[in-house]
Amino acid sequence: MRTIRAAAAVAIVSALTAITGCGGGSSSDGGSNESPKTLTYWASNQGPNIEADKKILTPELKKFEQQTGIKVKLEVIPWSDLLNRILAATTSGQGPDVLNIGNTWSASLQATGALLPWDQKNFDAIGGRDRFVESAVASAGAEGQDPAAVPLYSLAYALYYNKQMFADAGITQPPATWDQLVADGKKISKDGKWALGAEGGNNSNNIHQVFALGKQHGVDFFDKAGKPTFTSDGAVAAVKQYIDFMAKDKIIAPGNAEYAQNQSLQDFSKGKTAMVLWQAAASTFASQGMKPEDWGVAPVPVQSGTPGSGTQTNSMVAGINIAVFKNTKNIDGAKKFVKFMTSDEEQKLLNKTFGAIPPVKAAQTDAAFAAPDLKVLRDTLSTSAAPLPQVANESQFETTVGAAVKGLWADAAAGKPVTTESVKAALTKAQQQMAQ
Amino acid sequence: MTATVTPSSGHKAGNPEKTDNGGARGRRPLRIPDRIRQGGLPYLLLLPAVVLELLIHIIPMVIGIWVSFRQLTQFFIRNWGNSPSAGFDNYKIAIDFDAPIGQALLHSFLVTCAFTVLSVGLSWLFGVAAAIMLQENFRGRNILRTIFLVPYALPVYAAVITWAFMFQHDNGIINHVLHDQLGLTDKPSFWLIGNNSFIALVVVSLWKSWPFAFLMLMAALQNIPRDLYEAASIDGAGIWQQIRKITLPSLRPVNQVLVLVLFLWTFNDFNTPYVLFGKSAPEAADLISIHIYQSSFVTWNFGSGSAMSVLLLLFLLVVTAVYLLLTSRGRKGSNG
Repeated sequence: MRTIRAAAAVAIVSALTAITGCGGGSSSDGGSNESPKTLTYWASNQGPNIEADKKILTPELKKFEQQTGIKVKLEVIPWSDLLNRILAATTSGQGPDVLNIGNTWSASLQATGALLPWDQKNFDAIGGRDRFVESAVASAGAEGQDPAAVPLYSLAYALYYNKQMFADAGITQPPATWDQLVADGKKISKDGKWALGAEGGNNSNNIHQVFALGKQHGVDFFDKAGKPTFTSDGAVAAVKQYIDFMAKDKIIAPGNAEYAQNQSLQDFSKGKTAMVLWQAAASTFASQGMKPEDWGVAPVPVQSGTPGSGTQTNSMVAGINIAVFKNTKNIDGAKKFVKFMTSDEEQKLLNKTFGAIPPVKAAQTDAAFAAPDLKVLRDTLSTSAAPLPQVANESQFETTVGAAVKGLWADAAAGKPVTTESVKAALTKAQQQMAQ
Repeated sequence: MTATVTPSSGHKAGNPEKTDNGGARGRRPLRIPDRIRQGGLPYLLLLPAVVLELLIHIIPMVIGIWVSFRQLTQFFIRNWGNSPSAGFDNYKIAIDFDAPIGQALLHSFLVTCAFTVLSVGLSWLFGVAAAIMLQENFRGRNILRTIFLVPYALPVYAAVITWAFMFQHDNGIINHVLHDQLGLTDKPSFWLIGNNSFIALVVVSLWKSWPFAFLMLMAALQNIPRDLYEAASIDGAGIWQQIRKITLPSLRPVNQVLVLVLFLWTFNDFNTPYVLFGKSAPEAADLISIHIYQSSFVTWNFGSGSAMSVLLLLFLLVVTAVYLLLTSRGRKGSNG
């Protein structure tokens, strides 16, 4: 009996020890070169589906293997799972060597300390920081710190419009200001047609839109110390302006309040909606049967004047960054791989394939990125886009303010009044949740 | 087997093994020390299950409780063993109902209570009604039984995604029927946002849960002797009296377990709101499971999320203990 009890005790203690051993990944700070011949790469899903991405990336990884002798094990991870997978990898220390991250997560993931900081030395290893568009590098980590990742694919928002619907409504050119957009929108919004599409149920999309509007109202949603300022007059005005497109101006269909799966793009392709604010939508429109001559692209409107910096900002810097896990067992190979993926040649090829803009300046000169729609995105990125607040609690910002905007869409759709007070109340609640 | 028994093995008089020496004449049996066979063998056989139970349930639970006392945010997840102690702060914040996080948790708790009462109550009602209706043998009974059980057999994700499509404002079949065909509403309703989301949640949960109640109750009804109904009928009892005086009292032991199981499943339901509404459910349908998920994985505050989980665990333990106590007293009372 004693033997059995002792055996059981040993088993339990062993199990507990094993679990305790998992207590928090590795504390290695610079990686090692214990496995110089292999790398694991988690790619985000950039194409139509996972399989398509594998087909696109596999020949490039073979090319890298031929050049360096390093075999790259690829896993393409859907966006819905990627952040949770990264968190699990960070917690356990069992993750990939190299991975893609959404650029809005950069500061949050930087705060975990799990990602290799891209200091001068590391940037030099991939050709230098000045190869990249500065706004894209600024969206790779908190201000004043070395970036936690390197820009890989860049995107910005643009106004896509249906040429035929504009012509039918007697509109000759796309709106450059919000007042013009509302005026045009009222001409279009009748007989089952609507002027503008929105993804009211998508917290991230809500944040992207109100962030740009917030910039135009002179606010950042966070102060310089990183404290939330959601209830400032400018933030309230920005959110109200966005919701009013449905609540007051009636140029967005009420049904858009529950859209969260890109249904607004389907409405656009079917001719139900005349305009959408989107990032690189060309390939989606093509897959839904639209011809390139059916639609046009213009910069996202501003309050007045033309897009630029400061209050003339009209987009967030959207995009994907590539990062290296600090505890990689092939640190040199990981840097080589980042260098390969950000080389001029790969940047041209991959960004062309995924419909994005290369954050590498030299790659932008390729003729493919001079197409009218991509030129608008490129100009926006270089002149009038700003990164989302690079603060450690950015994900809480997206959750709390995104959900507040979602709730306000629901009110607008149900015909409830959306007032400055109701917007301020929703944002106050979001800010209080952030404060604790 | 018994050939290995020695006089010093301490068997009590009358142990049948002691007198059974027949095995010694056959092949040489496996030698298992008697003291192990007597006292330890059951524990030895249980050991794999105990170790697995520890690994799968107990240890994660203990770690979860430990995390609830830590300030485990994104700043520490890489070395979560070194996260600073939070004392009872995570609990204080969770139950401070004057502050936003506590208020939101309380609201979520109340929504979950209302949701659970409605879903479990209606599932039981539908289950018992269907089981009684299908008790009599008639043509097509087996087909109906099979159809009724389909929701229980379908994979949850596939089923709930289908419901999400059906509840869509613009193209959903629910609005098509209620508004376009029957004209019951002035305009198409929103089911996936706003207050109606609670109704949508209850409907999907009910659709998913009632077949289980039906299955359990149908099995329990088979054990009620037909003679009782025949005798009651001869004595002039109508169908309602038969249900009230015979069926329901006979179903009581099954109901006690059924209601408890449905309560625990429904209160903890994560899949339905997650698939229906995504990571952030509307306020009216903010069930506690998704609220805790959001507090942990979306806002990256694992300490706070764990504290909420522990509070939920305690609540469910208390409710279960009280329920079992009350029902066992009731049973003893009725037996006595």
